[in-house]
Amino acid sequence: MTGLLTRRRFAQAMVALAAIGSTPLRALARNKEAFEAKMPDEALKALFGDKPMEATDAFEFKVPEIAEDGSIVPVTISTDMPGVKSISLLVDANPNPLSARFNFMPGAVTEFKTRIKMGESSDVRAVIETDDKLYVSTKNVKVTLGGCGG
Amino acid sequence: MNRREFIQLLMQAAAVTGTGVFAGGAHASSRALYDLPAFGSARLLHMTDSHAQLLPIYFREPNVNIGLGEALGRWPHVVGRNLLAELGEVSPREAHALTYLDFTQAAEKFGRVGGFAHLKTLVDRLRGEVADGASLLLDGGDTWQGSGTALWTRGRDMVEATNLLGVDIMTGHWEFTYLEDEIHDNVDAFNGEFVAQNTYATEDALFDGIPVYDEDSGHVFKPYTIRELNGHRVAVIGQAFPYTPIANPKRFIPNWTFGIREDELAELVEVIREDEDPAAVVLLSHNGMDVDLKLASRVPGIDFILGGHTHDGMPRPIEVENSGGRTVVTNAGSNGKFLAVLDLDFGGGRLKDYRYRLLPVFSELLPADPAMQAHIDAVRAPHREVLDEKLAVADSLLYRRGNFNGSFDQLIVDALREELDAQIALSPGFRWGTTVTPGEAITMDRLLDQTCMTYPETYVREMSGAELRNVLESVADNLFNADPYFQQGGDMVRTGGFSYRLDPTAAMGERVSNMTLANGKTMDDGGTYKVAGWATVGSQSPGDPVWDVVARYLRARKSVRIDHLESPVLKNVKGNPGLADYRGGHA
Repeated sequence: MTGLLTRRRFAQAMVALAAIGSTPLRALARNKEAFEAKMPDEALKALFGDKPMEATDAFEFKVPEIAEDGSIVPVTISTDMPGVKSISLLVDANPNPLSARFNFMPGAVTEFKTRIKMGESSDVRAVIETDDKLYVSTKNVKVTLGGCGG
Repeated sequence: MNRREFIQLLMQAAAVTGTGVFAGGAHASSRALYDLPAFGSARLLHMTDSHAQLLPIYFREPNVNIGLGEALGRWPHVVGRNLLAELGEVSPREAHALTYLDFTQAAEKFGRVGGFAHLKTLVDRLRGEVADGASLLLDGGDTWQGSGTALWTRGRDMVEATNLLGVDIMTGHWEFTYLEDEIHDNVDAFNGEFVAQNTYATEDALFDGIPVYDEDSGHVFKPYTIRELNGHRVAVIGQAFPYTPIANPKRFIPNWTFGIREDELAELVEVIREDEDPAAVVLLSHNGMDVDLKLASRVPGIDFILGGHTHDGMPRPIEVENSGGRTVVTNAGSNGKFLAVLDLDFGGGRLKDYRYRLLPVFSELLPADPAMQAHIDAVRAPHREVLDEKLAVADSLLYRRGNFNGSFDQLIVDALREELDAQIALSPGFRWGTTVTPGEAITMDRLLDQTCMTYPETYVREMSGAELRNVLESVADNLFNADPYFQQGGDMVRTGGFSYRLDPTAAMGERVSNMTLANGKTMDDGGTYKVAGWATVGSQSPGDPVWDVVARYLRARKSVRIDHLESPVLKNVKGNPGLADYRGGHA
C-alpha cells in the first residue's frame, strides 16, 4: 500500500500547490473566460493569447482508447520538460471544451492524474505552457454505447 | 499418453461402441489430422473461447466477416471459397472445419466438433509426444460462460473441467461477468495461473483495500508468469479483454478497470526481457485478431501473440514486422472446435524457429476421455430434464456467427417480437452460440448455447427513431472503425421488424440510412417505436430471461424454418473477400 499512499499524497500535494500558487486577479478573469468558452480555440486564445503552438508526442499523455465511463475518463500526464508553467486539458466536443488547468510552481514535478467528463467521442488535447511556447498532444477518446462484445 | 496408448484407446473405444466408427477410415483420418512431425524441444497448446461447450457441437464459420482498410482481404476477413483459394490444398474435412460451405451435408459427413472429453484425449496425446515438462496448455478465456451448467454453477463446472484438462495458464473476458468474489473463488479453485497485465483495481477500490495481486501496481491478477520448458524459460503474459466494462456490465466488477494498456505492456516486455532472460515471450491475448495485429506492429519484443475473442479459426499465423523484429499472431477459433499447436525450437538460449498447426477437433476421431466424460455427466445430471427438453425441431440450419443476422438470431428476434408484442427487436451480435442442423431438435441446451449469461433479462420499451439509429451507428462503429483499437470485437446488433441500409466504409454517424419498418413505412428520427431486446449492459432489465421468452415461442410450434434473414442492404463492399453468399443484397 505504501507506493499507492505515496502517489495519493503526492497528488494531494500537487493540488494544494496549485491552490496556494498566488494568482493575480487578471489571471483569474482570464481563466473564467477560458472555462466558459464554447470552442476549444476560444479557450486557448483566452488563456494564452497568440502564443505559438507546436504539436508533439514528446511527453506522456495517457487516456483510454474507449472510455469505460464517459463521466470519469482517467487522464495521466507526465513530463520532464523544463520550465513548464501550466498544463491544460481540452475536450473538443464538450459544450465547454476546457476541462482543467494545472499551474506549476517553478521546480514542481510536472505530473498528475485526473478525471475528465466527456459527453461524446472527441479529441482530447493536453497543452503544456512554457515561457515562450505551447506544446500540444492530441488523442481521440471514444465514448460509446456498451454491449455486444463477442 | 503416447501414440501407442492413443491408438489402443481408439481401438478400445471402437470395440465399446461396436459401431466400428474408429476403425478403418476414421483411424486413417485421425492419423492424417493428428500425427504431427516432431519439431523443436517445447510445445505450447492453445485453446480459446470454448464458451463452456463441454459436449461436442456443430459450429458454422461465417460467410460474412468484412475487413476494411488495412484489414481488407487480410485473414480472417477472407471467407469460404476465397479462403480455400488462398489456402491451396486442404482436405475436404479441413475445408469443412474452416468454412461455412455446404455446411449441412459436410456436418453430417464429418460429425460434431469439440467436446471436452474429446479435447482431453487430443491434449493428452499431443503432450505425451513431447518430454515431460516440455509442454504447456494455454487457455485464452471465455471458458466459464456459454452453457446452462456454467451459469448455474457460476463458472465452477468449467474451472473443474479445465483442471481435468490440465490448463496451465489462462486469461479472461466473460469470466468477468460473474461477481468479483465469485471470480476470485474460481481463480483460487483453478489449478493453473490466471494472468492479466491489463486488469487493474480502480484507485478508489485500491484505497478501500479490495483484494489484488499487487498493491503497488494495482494489478488484480498476476500480469505474467515464467515457465521452464525443457530447460528453456518461456514468459507468458496475460492480456484480458480490454473492453470488458464497456461490452459487458460494469456493475458486476465495479472495482476493476481494463484497457489495452499498450504502454504498460511494452514496459513489461522490456522488464521481462531484461530481468528474466526468457528464451521466448508469449502474449496470451483476448484482444481479438485485428487488435492483436495492430499491437504486434507497435510493441516489440513479443515472439507470439496467441489470440482469441474474435473466434477466428486462423489456419495459419500472420507474421508482423516491428522495431524489435517479428511477432507471430494467431487466433484459435471457438467453442472447442480447434486446438492450436505451437512447437518451439531453441538454440543458444534463444528462439530459433517454430511450427504452428491449427487442429480441428473432430469428436468422432477422438474417443472420449473417461474421467472427463464422467465429470461432464455428473455436472449435467441434476439438470438433464431442463437441458434435454425438445422445444421444437429445426426445419432449416440454425446458426449465429457472421457480421449480420444469422438464422438463430432471426429466430430470437422473431420470438421477441411475437412474445413481447413489439414492433422491433434487437439482439446482441455475440460470436458464441452453436449450430443446429436441419431435422435436429432445438433443445433447451441449444437455446442456452445462444443466450446463456448473467444478464439475460428482456425489456420492452419505446424508442425514438433517432435512438435506434444511434444504437445501429454505435455498434457499427465498434465493428467497422478503421482503427482496430476502437473495435470491440462483437458483430453487428441483430435486428427484427425493420430493414436498413449500411455503408461499412462510411464514417461514424453516416453508415446507417433508409430505415424502413417491415410494413414498408419509412422510419424517422422523431417517430416512436416499441422495441424488445435483452442483455442490457447499463442496468438490469425487468423482463423474463430471454431463454424463457424464446422457449415459449418454440414450444408453441412443432418446428421452425428460417427462410429470410433481416440483414441490411450493404453499400460499398461488393466484392469484399470477407463477404460471400450474402443474402441481404447490395445497394
